[in-house]
Amino acid sequence: MAVNKIVGIETEYGIMVRGSADWNPVSASSLLINSYVGSDVGSVEDRTAPIAWDFIDETPGADARDALAPDFAMPPEVETHLVNAVLTNGARYYVDHAHPELSTPECRDALSLVLYDRAAELILADSMLAAGDALPPGQEVVIYKDNSDRKGNAYGCHENYLLDRNLPFGQIIGLATTHFVTRQVFTGSGKVGSELPGVTARDVPYQLTQRAEHFEEEVGLETTLKRPIVNTRDEPHADSNKYRRLHVIAGDANMAQNATLLKVGTSAILFAMLEDGAYDSPILLDQPVEAMHAVSHDLSLKKPLTLDDGSTATAIEIQWKLLEQARSWADRHGLEAVGEECGKLVFERWERVLSGLESDPVSVAPWVDWVAKQRLLEGFMERHDCEWDDSRLRALDLQYHDLRPAKSLAARAGLEQLVTDDQARVATTEPPEDTRAYFRGRCLQKFADNIVAANWDSIVFDVGEDPLRRVPMLEPNRGTASHVATILDESASVIELLDKLGA
Amino acid sequence: MAEREQKRKPKPESQEEVVEDVPAGSESGEALKAELDDLLDEIDDVLETNAEDFVKSYIQKGGQ
Repeated sequence: MAVNKIVGIETEYGIMVRGSADWNPVSASSLLINSYVGSDVGSVEDRTAPIAWDFIDETPGADARDALAPDFAMPPEVETHLVNAVLTNGARYYVDHAHPELSTPECRDALSLVLYDRAAELILADSMLAAGDALPPGQEVVIYKDNSDRKGNAYGCHENYLLDRNLPFGQIIGLATTHFVTRQVFTGSGKVGSELPGVTARDVPYQLTQRAEHFEEEVGLETTLKRPIVNTRDEPHADSNKYRRLHVIAGDANMAQNATLLKVGTSAILFAMLEDGAYDSPILLDQPVEAMHAVSHDLSLKKPLTLDDGSTATAIEIQWKLLEQARSWADRHGLEAVGEECGKLVFERWERVLSGLESDPVSVAPWVDWVAKQRLLEGFMERHDCEWDDSRLRALDLQYHDLRPAKSLAARAGLEQLVTDDQARVATTEPPEDTRAYFRGRCLQKFADNIVAANWDSIVFDVGEDPLRRVPMLEPNRGTASHVATILDESASVIELLDKLGA
Repeated sequence: MAEREQKRKPKPESQEEVVEDVPAGSESGEALKAELDDLLDEIDDVLETNAEDFVKSYIQKGGQ
């Protein structure tokens, strides 16, 4: 039976230091995060505490295929020496692989995640301001929410979905692959040109996604080399007898809030459908990796993909079939697992985005990044009478993702917002109330001095004379406001809190 | 094309979820064109001035 689809996003951001000839991305990322953690930019002194991340439960090398994993699979390394902070909204903000990375708190549904993803953008923007104060005059740290430098180097925007452990991993692979390949029609952030060797601007002047070309395998553990469409990292950050966390590396970072809503919302619905045993007519692609590239390269959205039974269908036709099966699942099982209101919104927009893409793609420009960006690029080309190889178009492509409000082109592209910036501003310091992130965030707000370390599924408290005390948080659905708000409100000290929790 | 664009523009049904209306809730294709023109004016103002250097210097280390 479908478990609540708790979701989260980890984004690695592009980083540059303007006005400096020799800058180091690791130092710049550290400066960025330390400046935010230690600064008073904005209005919040308690937004974060200098709490260390607790690595004790990190096992990114665990493989969901268990003994089936090939010996040569390289587990990702855990970089414990770099900057790592836990924020009072329950997020983790850290340096990873020469990029600043922010993991949102655990969210109950896709709409809540849109709010925390926007909050993350505000945190990065505040961080740029704070870091600017620490740099010599004329220098500036600039952050881009994109996935590629367009020169062959990619970095990720990973989604996470809480799944029932009883669902065999083998059953996840088929549906996940088909969805990740075909959902690109509305999740792509757009990219000028191609990064594949031998592919020219004449072949691919513009494409739907930034990430597709960086995928070379169907299934695997790697995230930095030979990236697989379905990642097998088996690190649930929760009770591993009950749950798995599907770690999805195949998506683009989105500027359009509706793209994030649809990317996460449709995936959560389909995984819930799978858990309920309601994926009645599986659709399998014959050559998933080739199909992933082909969908990204096909601006007409009409290229047929070959299925395993030899028939063909376009990405949009496959999406319609997935939507139809998801509807049938929802009619029978309801939307509790994906959040009632959010689920309704996702279904409504899923249908409208497919209709729009089919009939007149520019109509969905307010919702879909690649369409919004293409509209700007083509308008620019017409106005300045230039071609796809003009470097101004490549600059426009990059600057779409600039997170400085004064420079961001996405902020000017007419994207429809689902959450206000006032709401997102609150979410930079306040945790969601309906997952365990609430307990983490509130403890950091109230008892930061007594917290030694924290991670996704525990907090370690220092209560003075006694040994350190670890509070496990293995159930992502617990530790919500309805569970612990009263206890937190009424506890004057951390000892009182731990006594009341029975920890 | 602009007229088709106007006709098929998605209309938010659940207004309470939507804080900003779909942009260019305009009555005609001309208004949409004017909106794009304004947008392009703004882009001309804020676009990085030395585009070629900017694009060349944007080099990232690979990540996950």
